[in-house]
Amino acid sequence: MNLLKILEKLSDDKFYSKEATRLDALTGVTHFGTKAAIAAIPLGLGSLLSTKANAGTNKVLGNTVLDTGALTDALQLALTLEYLEDEYYRMGLSAGGLIPSADRTVFMQIAKHETAHVAFLKAALTSLGETPVAKPTFDFTAGNNFTPFSDYNQFLILAQAFEDTGVRAYKGQAGNVMGNRQILQAALQIHSVEARHASQVRRIRSNKGWIELDNGGNMPAATNAVYAGEENVNQAGFNTANAFGAAAGSAAYDEILSGSDAAAIAGLFIV
Amino acid sequence: MKKGIISVSNAQTTLDTGRRDFLKLSGVTLALAGLTLVGCEDEPIMQHSDVFDLGKGDVGILNYAYALEQLEADFYTKVVNNFYSGISTKERELFTDLYHHEVIHRDFFKAAISGATTNVLPALEFHYPNVNFNDRNSVLATAKALEDTGVAAYNGAGKYIANPDYLVIAGKIVSVEARHAAAIRDLINPGSADFSGDDVIDANGLDLAKEPKEIAATAAGFIKTPFTWKELGIQ
Repeated sequence: MNLLKILEKLSDDKFYSKEATRLDALTGVTHFGTKAAIAAIPLGLGSLLSTKANAGTNKVLGNTVLDTGALTDALQLALTLEYLEDEYYRMGLSAGGLIPSADRTVFMQIAKHETAHVAFLKAALTSLGETPVAKPTFDFTAGNNFTPFSDYNQFLILAQAFEDTGVRAYKGQAGNVMGNRQILQAALQIHSVEARHASQVRRIRSNKGWIELDNGGNMPAATNAVYAGEENVNQAGFNTANAFGAAAGSAAYDEILSGSDAAAIAGLFIV
Repeated sequence: MKKGIISVSNAQTTLDTGRRDFLKLSGVTLALAGLTLVGCEDEPIMQHSDVFDLGKGDVGILNYAYALEQLEADFYTKVVNNFYSGISTKERELFTDLYHHEVIHRDFFKAAISGATTNVLPALEFHYPNVNFNDRNSVLATAKALEDTGVAAYNGAGKYIANPDYLVIAGKIVSVEARHAAAIRDLINPGSADFSGDDVIDANGLDLAKEPKEIAATAAGFIKTPFTWKELGIQ
């Protein structure tokens, strides 16, 4: 079962009402071209956060309702993102002459972690009685919009986009996995590894390790969706810009991505 | 258990805290916690004690995070007020950013906790007996320890948080701490695998997660002001 099928499975009438906002949110990624836009549309109809579509799988423990559907959906989304990163770095490392020797150690370390994350998430899903999703077929050119395996600068741009997306996507699933303490902790432990990766890739690109405002840092407009919302300076009513300005205030907090937004970004690279 | 009521009432499928009034929400949580105290406690909490207790439930977690952010903010305040000699422009900029972020985190927790309870951790006093602020290696090594500790602390405490809004806020902060940790580690050993080194990431690709007790033992060397967190076994 691939990501698109999961999203179809999760499609729920009441989420159609969100379609307009979803399409609005996607305007930032339509630069990818027609093929990508078509791929994105069905993603807008479903949501990995559409937990109510799985109400039948809820379990009641004490008086706490654990939505196991939401938990496993979150893990399937995470697995899909890890498949993407894992394959991306393996292809990059095997592309002759792409990654300069000075940076190979970094990308080998990142690739090692992504491979481990794939195996860990598969095992976690299996232990929960769920069948892990199969690895999708990826197209890292996103419909001939990128040439990451022959142009190192583009390789770095997509690596940064994937890592910064990963950080936001894991964070967005926190509420869906918090019913299971072991899974929550493991998800947090993966989440901070993605953030370390993101920081390192950003710094290789001569950016700061953190995201100021919604500026990805010398990134093409096609990646705007990755950074949309990062400019937020209101944390639970506290204005984080007051002390040192909006750049520092926004950088001090990474924002979440909803499951559907994360899936939409990943979907641009899935055939 | 009152925690059950809280987690059910917060069983949200979206967690956009920016659209909610977090401080009001936390007030509700606290009201419930208050009922628990009135209804269930046989012994009154030792409010007359001079030693501050971080508190119960989410208030305890928030005060715990506040303590760690106070430490980081205090450390970087000292760093930027006395940059080590020969500091590069890039490193000056980086430490200024870290100082900003940690002060913002600290002040956020103070405001958030104050909006919810009177049980707010006071300003702690710190000391750095083994740190030479004039020495780059010493400052970087301490920064690395503090950032890695911060990541491990949030990773280990997340599972104790009942309110999903607090969990998301903690998530928003911990990834920035991890970004800091990677940057500091790369300054110490540029271009190496240390930014997410095998000393902190295990064979499953998981970062460190430490229990509050372990963190308290690590941070104790810097914290002069005593406090307890009886619920988590920190006396």
